[in-house]
Amino acid sequence: MAGLATSLGAGAATNSLAQMPDIDMLFLFGSNPTEAHPIVSFYLKKALRNGAKLVVGDPRKTWMARRADVWLNLRPGSNIALLNGMVNVILQEGWENREFIEKRTEGFEELKKKVKEYDLETVEKLTGVSKGNIIEAARLYSHADKAMIVYGLGVTEHQTGTENAMAIANLALVCGHLGRPSTGIMALRGQNNVQGASDLGPLPSSFPGYQAMSNTGAREKFEKAWGVTLSTEIGLKSVEMLEKACEGKFKGIFILGEDPAQTDPNINEVRKALDSLEFLVVQDIFHTETTKHAHVILPGASFAEKDGTFTNGERRVQRVRKAVEPIAGKAEWQVICEIATRMGYPMSYRHPSEIMDEIASLTPIYGGISYARLEKESLQWPCPTKDHPGTTTLYTDLFSRPGGLAKFMALDHKGSGETPDSEYPYVLITGRVREHYNNGSMTRRSPGIMELVPEELLEINAEDAMKLKIKNGDKVSVSSRRGKIKVKVKVTDRSQPGNVFLTFHFPEALSNLLTSEHKDPITGTPEYKSCAVKIEK
Amino acid sequence: MSDHKVKIKINGTEICCNRGDTILKAARMAGVRIPTLCHDDRLEPYGGCRLCSVEVKGVPRLLPACTTPVARKMEVITESETITRIRKRIVSLMLSNHPNDCMRCEKAGECALQDLAYQYGVDGSEYGGERWDLPIRQANPFIVYDPNKCVTCGRCIRICNEVVMAGTIDWVGRGFHTYPDTAFRKPRSLSNCEFCGQCVSTCPTGALIDKKGRGKGRVNELTRVKTTCGYCGTGCNFFLNVKDGKVVKVTSDYDAPVNHGNLCIKGRYGYEFIHSADRIKTPLIRRGDSFHEATWDEALDLIADKFTGLIKKYGNKSVGAFSSSRCTNEENFLIAKFARTVFRNNNVDNCARV
Ligand code: SF4
Ligand code: SF4
Ligand code: SF4
Repeated sequence: MAGLATSLGAGAATNSLAQMPDIDMLFLFGSNPTEAHPIVSFYLKKALRNGAKLVVGDPRKTWMARRADVWLNLRPGSNIALLNGMVNVILQEGWENREFIEKRTEGFEELKKKVKEYDLETVEKLTGVSKGNIIEAARLYSHADKAMIVYGLGVTEHQTGTENAMAIANLALVCGHLGRPSTGIMALRGQNNVQGASDLGPLPSSFPGYQAMSNTGAREKFEKAWGVTLSTEIGLKSVEMLEKACEGKFKGIFILGEDPAQTDPNINEVRKALDSLEFLVVQDIFHTETTKHAHVILPGASFAEKDGTFTNGERRVQRVRKAVEPIAGKAEWQVICEIATRMGYPMSYRHPSEIMDEIASLTPIYGGISYARLEKESLQWPCPTKDHPGTTTLYTDLFSRPGGLAKFMALDHKGSGETPDSEYPYVLITGRVREHYNNGSMTRRSPGIMELVPEELLEINAEDAMKLKIKNGDKVSVSSRRGKIKVKVKVTDRSQPGNVFLTFHFPEALSNLLTSEHKDPITGTPEYKSCAVKIEK
Repeated sequence: MSDHKVKIKINGTEICCNRGDTILKAARMAGVRIPTLCHDDRLEPYGGCRLCSVEVKGVPRLLPACTTPVARKMEVITESETITRIRKRIVSLMLSNHPNDCMRCEKAGECALQDLAYQYGVDGSEYGGERWDLPIRQANPFIVYDPNKCVTCGRCIRICNEVVMAGTIDWVGRGFHTYPDTAFRKPRSLSNCEFCGQCVSTCPTGALIDKKGRGKGRVNELTRVKTTCGYCGTGCNFFLNVKDGKVVKVTSDYDAPVNHGNLCIKGRYGYEFIHSADRIKTPLIRRGDSFHEATWDEALDLIADKFTGLIKKYGNKSVGAFSSSRCTNEENFLIAKFARTVFRNNNVDNCARV
């Protein structure tokens, strides 16, 4: 979300889900909501039933792509070229919103100069999308009254992920499609509380609520509340901690409920890093690939076993309520307090509601949130005070950047970190299926779900299958420069020729042995969406 | 009064409602109950069951409240002798082709048909006649369909086609023998079913029920705890149904701001991991290549000692923490606070930024 934060001010969706049925034009980009976000897809389907036009940018022929007015079947990794091309068409045709550009943005001239390099000829070559489709998509988007861009991990899980999001913001800003109901940019993300986890400060360069560590006022506020002098040195990102561990320069990590040894790309490196540590603590509800490397494993509590809040993708803060006692006796928040106390920094809260009160007192965007209010109402941040109703649409007047203006970013097409060649001729895209979730540790333990989708399947186009002389159900080996897995084949026209698809839900077929080490230099988000592989019988 | 508002009278009381609202919606806002069977707020108005028929002054016949929009100065009567007679007849007719199975039915206690029979004091005996005797269909992991309990309200079909757009079920058969089913009555799993359970969540009777919750307790034995889904970032709300300290079922929260009672397969049917035998139940400490069970005190003492030792030996920049996008806001805040106040550095990060 660093992309949207740079362009607009906040790394968050600009509108409410409830506004979706009223949109006139939906530009769905790198997202397959019918599989990954089914309930969001219900809102979008309603918009389509109400007559909204649909443009889909996705290398895969998804449910939505089949129904699109225009399907932009771009090559994986060519997002920026496509978006620059669309902006260029809009400017050439005079379809931009001049008043909006003048009053609410900066950096337009640089953008204009940059996108000139992306004429239709060039863009068609880079993306594989036909000129006619690029023009039609640009026309539909720019001419709509209420146009919304909905993007997913197909945009962010690239080495240019942050820049991809900025390119999306450019498109919206050129047309002035921000700051109004049913008009804006919605990012659909992977894990349930990724928004809340970003909001509340486990980030190496900012305090909770995106307050920069360089902001002296903010630092003093936290120092006063927490009674310590805080380090001013920017911390290490998770990938950097692992890299340093490999070099023997990082010694101990506490991992709360994550499974980098299965879900990170290029897991061989991750495993090496974890094994280099002198002390690794992992807290999780199940044994995972990561717990195998731990020195101490702590049992976690599932969402049914504790009180708390999650913040969803539209900035809505909602209660999680304890339905049963923690299976192992303690929830994570209690464990953190106990370790802190033992290490000489006493922490104690009687109930998570007291933690929320502390959050509210230190984090302006959560300032008005309390458990008492959440009993009665549902609030979207920013909600700065106890009587503030929350915010459904961001940026109605000002962007949350210095000066209140949004910023155009002039961006270059860079492509994927790894492209297919004669040895590894196929592009592997990884993603989710509706029935499973992430490393699968929860869904694989729900019997009915395993009955429906019991194993990993490599999705491949019929044309490629014929070339390779493989058919449905055959077992093949898929290998990249980093590893090899064996998996069954499913022939489907969801995959286009040249592209194959795997999920990452099954430890028996670890697709992340294959994925590349390339990552977004700004956020550290790995390039899950594209690497080169070969397929053998 | 603005253009968007109109005044109408319901049972003699004047109320102010939105132009374009149906009589049903206006009545509900005013706290007046009108019975319905085929209505669900998630669906387009349908007007199929006629239970919501009301009298409108100046109109000679009864009008369905669920499809009739309010109009200025409209005067609506929701209960009268005629209305009651008609509602009784509708319920009786439904019961005349309904198995007398309430004592064993999963739905008892929250069944719309049972409630109506009670409210109007009918048992279906006045209309003898033909009854369906159809096989129960359950060749899938999640949904049991007993067509004999179907009152042909069409809600399942409409939610599957209007909201989910899966097109798995539709009307099959003719005349008296028309009821919802998959094409050629194939198992749902072979008919594009997403197993979202929306059809189950909308069925007013025991015709569609969750297979996994069967026999685990009826509504009056269960405690319902409203919570937020732990799977994806959409933030759907639902009820965890708890009996004897165990989550036995997930049911819809129709008032949820995000999902209005809709869920996906993970949220609705992906809960058994909670009580899985594979859960880690105690802290575990590594000795050589194996792990040994430990008490919380042993494990937490060891963790505190080790981290303190590492900081002493290598400096406080040698340690860090990964937070989890699956943990709560409060826990994420605490781990950020922990790194800054205990490790005294800023080495804390979201592990996978997805
Ligand atoms: S479970 Fe969902 S997809 Fe399947 S029949 Fe019911 S509503 Fe349709
Ligand atoms: S199965 Fe249930 S929802 Fe479907 S028509 Fe019959 S009673 Fe209505
Ligand atoms: S029910 Fe499904 S769509 Fe809703 S939050 Fe859970 S996983 Fe996401």
